[in-house]
Amino acid sequence: MEPRQHQPSELLHVDSLEKSFGGIRALQGLTFGVPAGAIKAVIGPNGAGKTTLFNLVTGILLPTGGIISLNGETISGRRPQEIARLGVSRTFQNVLLFGRMTVLENVMVGRHTRSQASVLSAGLRLPWMRREELRIRAWAMEHLEFVGLADRFQERAGNLPLGEQKLLEVARALATEPKILLLDEPAGGLNTRETERLAELIRRIRGQGITVVLVEHDMNLVMDVSDDIVVISFGQKIAEGKPREIKRHPAVIEAYLGEEGDYANGAGQRV
Amino acid sequence: MKEGKPLWKGVPERLSHELKSVMEKLSLGGQLVQYLFTGVTVGSIYGMVALGFNIIYNVTEMINFAQGEFVMLGGLIMVLCAKVLPLPMAFCVTVAAVTAIGAIMERSTINPLKNTTVLTLIIVTIAVSILLKGIAMFIWGKDPYMMQPFSGTEPLHLFGAAIQTQAFWVLGISGIVVLLLTLFFRKARYGKAMLACADNAEAARLVGIKVNLMVLLSFALSAAIGAAAGAVITPISLMEYDRGALLGLKGFGAAVLGGLGSFSGAVVAGLLLGVVESLCAGFVSSGYKDAVALLLLLLVLFVRPSGLFGNVEASKIKKF
Amino acid sequence: MSRGNLITLSAVVLLLILFPVLVANVEAISHYLDVMVFVGIFSLITMGLSLLMGYAGQISLGHAAFFGLGAYTSGILCVKVAVSPWLAMVGGTLVTAVVAYGVGVPSLKLKGHYLAMATLGFGVIVNIVFNEEVELTGGPSGLSNIPGLKLFGLPLRGELLFYILVWSMVLLVLIFCLNVIHSRVGRALRSIHDSEVAADAMGVETARYKVMIFVLSAVLASLAGSLYAHYVGFLSPSSFNLLFSIRLVMMVVVGGMHSLWGALLGTWLLTFLGNEWLHVFKDFDILVYGAILLFVVMALPEGLVSVVPRLSHMWRRGRESEGGTGGT
Repeated sequence: MEPRQHQPSELLHVDSLEKSFGGIRALQGLTFGVPAGAIKAVIGPNGAGKTTLFNLVTGILLPTGGIISLNGETISGRRPQEIARLGVSRTFQNVLLFGRMTVLENVMVGRHTRSQASVLSAGLRLPWMRREELRIRAWAMEHLEFVGLADRFQERAGNLPLGEQKLLEVARALATEPKILLLDEPAGGLNTRETERLAELIRRIRGQGITVVLVEHDMNLVMDVSDDIVVISFGQKIAEGKPREIKRHPAVIEAYLGEEGDYANGAGQRV
Repeated sequence: MKEGKPLWKGVPERLSHELKSVMEKLSLGGQLVQYLFTGVTVGSIYGMVALGFNIIYNVTEMINFAQGEFVMLGGLIMVLCAKVLPLPMAFCVTVAAVTAIGAIMERSTINPLKNTTVLTLIIVTIAVSILLKGIAMFIWGKDPYMMQPFSGTEPLHLFGAAIQTQAFWVLGISGIVVLLLTLFFRKARYGKAMLACADNAEAARLVGIKVNLMVLLSFALSAAIGAAAGAVITPISLMEYDRGALLGLKGFGAAVLGGLGSFSGAVVAGLLLGVVESLCAGFVSSGYKDAVALLLLLLVLFVRPSGLFGNVEASKIKKF
Repeated sequence: MSRGNLITLSAVVLLLILFPVLVANVEAISHYLDVMVFVGIFSLITMGLSLLMGYAGQISLGHAAFFGLGAYTSGILCVKVAVSPWLAMVGGTLVTAVVAYGVGVPSLKLKGHYLAMATLGFGVIVNIVFNEEVELTGGPSGLSNIPGLKLFGLPLRGELLFYILVWSMVLLVLIFCLNVIHSRVGRALRSIHDSEVAADAMGVETARYKVMIFVLSAVLASLAGSLYAHYVGFLSPSSFNLLFSIRLVMMVVVGGMHSLWGALLGTWLLTFLGNEWLHVFKDFDILVYGAILLFVVMALPEGLVSVVPRLSHMWRRGRESEGGTGGT
């Protein structure tokens, strides 16, 4: 696995990424790229470091080593807000919505970086602020429609069923106008029908010109939607390639067969 | 900036006068001993309050804002009991009474709250502290209460300082408390179970420890320690109904200084805080002595929230 | 502004207009106008606290210090430097804003209990300074002879004029804050409360917003302090102690911290309880006060305002079932 040079068509590039927590090395020299406009899946057994990877890319965690770049520009080491502004958005494995706000307001928060109103202009309701507010609202409604939640816009986000909460997270992330969208186990807890709708939604997102990175355990979904798959295990890349190559890759089969045993022994640490 | 400043300024001048300097240095030394001793005495009280904070924090990860009220109640109940009972009895009754109050507090206010937020917990313990203060004011009024020292009012002369014998009681009792606590957590079944809750409540529950009971126990225990602290300090510092808040705040200062959750850290930091405060009162300004302790608290919180002796990595694992 | 807010606001304004008329005609409660001036002054503080606690989810147990900073800066500038009261008020807010920023930046990195204790410690320190800097503040014996306010050359004497001034300010601040809540800024604040990680990921500058709302609430407290100084004319450190900080927080919590209306309701209730009604209990007063607080916090964690929607819901259901049975 020698480090590759950044290629111009790659939107996101991760180079020799390292992360340790105390003595535990969650990621070790991870290198891969995501071409612009692709749907790339990151798979691996529990505790492989997939969520850690997302936390590093979005700036919630700082890497111990290595470089993450977006469009050739280094983003590792920057604050999460800056990275969001540059066009990286995400959803969370355990769904982090603003539970006491309405569905619509949740998506409106997604417009934060693309709007200006300050305390003063908001408190005084200046005319331009009101126009901006209307634009934010319209934009948010559009994205609710996109994921099919438009009719729930006045509901409290915390009251939605899990499936709709996951869709709402996607709408909120899309509202930030991302170049790249990181989906952390979007199908977790969904039934088959909902997962099918999700697959279709992911394709439509790509259709908007947004690159998608997908961390997912549902192999049917992964094989169905992704162009490219990277497999990590214990923080290291063990394989990368097209879905049908990955299916037959010996290292992947071994990693997945070994998962059960490792898990029982307690070696699979959850990230 | 009252009596302290000229003395501070005068030190170099005195050094130039041979004869005078011997006298003054002696008395300065005597003062130093005096302040140090006062500091250690008060500091051991802070240490005990900090221990109380830590016991509850370790089991529940919450801060009991009513911790200082336990000390206040300990002092005032002791005054009451000492009038009718022999001292050792009075002490035991006081500790038992406040322990019961701590247990009642947990059962009636903390236990019923499930799935609550930190903010609510803070508010609830503050409300309890106001209630306890209100009860104390109703029973004892607003005036401070005096109490005879345990073994006579005659001060002991030591290294040119006059030291109240009660100070030795304070040190002795806090020493015993620390010793008993250490034994309790090392040897006793319940002590070890409480530590297990502190480590991982979920795992503790899985191995059959009644976490619920441990929380109750932690409140009772820290109330008992607070009561003991209040009972021994009252002959020196007097006690009134609204003393709890400041005592609690300084005790929290000691707990943070020592690294929240660390028992040995709490004791050391308590002593340190007491000495710094006492030296400041003696040599700089008595009015600002409370401020110094709190400034130290703020400084530690801002610069090193894990405490002077705390482990940074370990503090990150805690919820906040 | 939403329809609900508009209706409530109109009702409040109507009550505020009727109140002086009512009070003036009933001898036994004629001094209630004076109490209402204090309710107004404290409301300025609690509205800010409500934004900070209920909306942004950050606690402060030191807001009495900002109240005191405003009051003392106003008082000292007027008494010792002979600055005009309005200018002194501006001076107070500036001083407070600087201090609040200095304290807020390191404090708001802390969470939960640590933040509570840090602000508590800060409040106590400021109170000690008020007590000790005798040359400036007059120390424990207080600072007196603070001049009253004048508006267009007309001195604001008597409770009624001050009542009008203070409550006009309260209403302006209320409208301002309601506007803020229903805007990009308000959404950012609320998002911090619900999930700081998600707010970060959405690009909300969480640290900056927390400090900003802290400073804003401090400035409102300072403004209240200046008004207090000019209304009472006398300042003593005990009005700005730890207990008062806690009372402010309790006002917000008892009323319902997730709503500005709750802050107003709580301030009104606790001020009248503390200054008037609980006096019947004499030595019991703190006890009863504590008991009420504990009861509300335990039984109604969302505060008294949370009762309103529940009641209206029950009322509506009651009417529906009545219509159902009595229809035939």
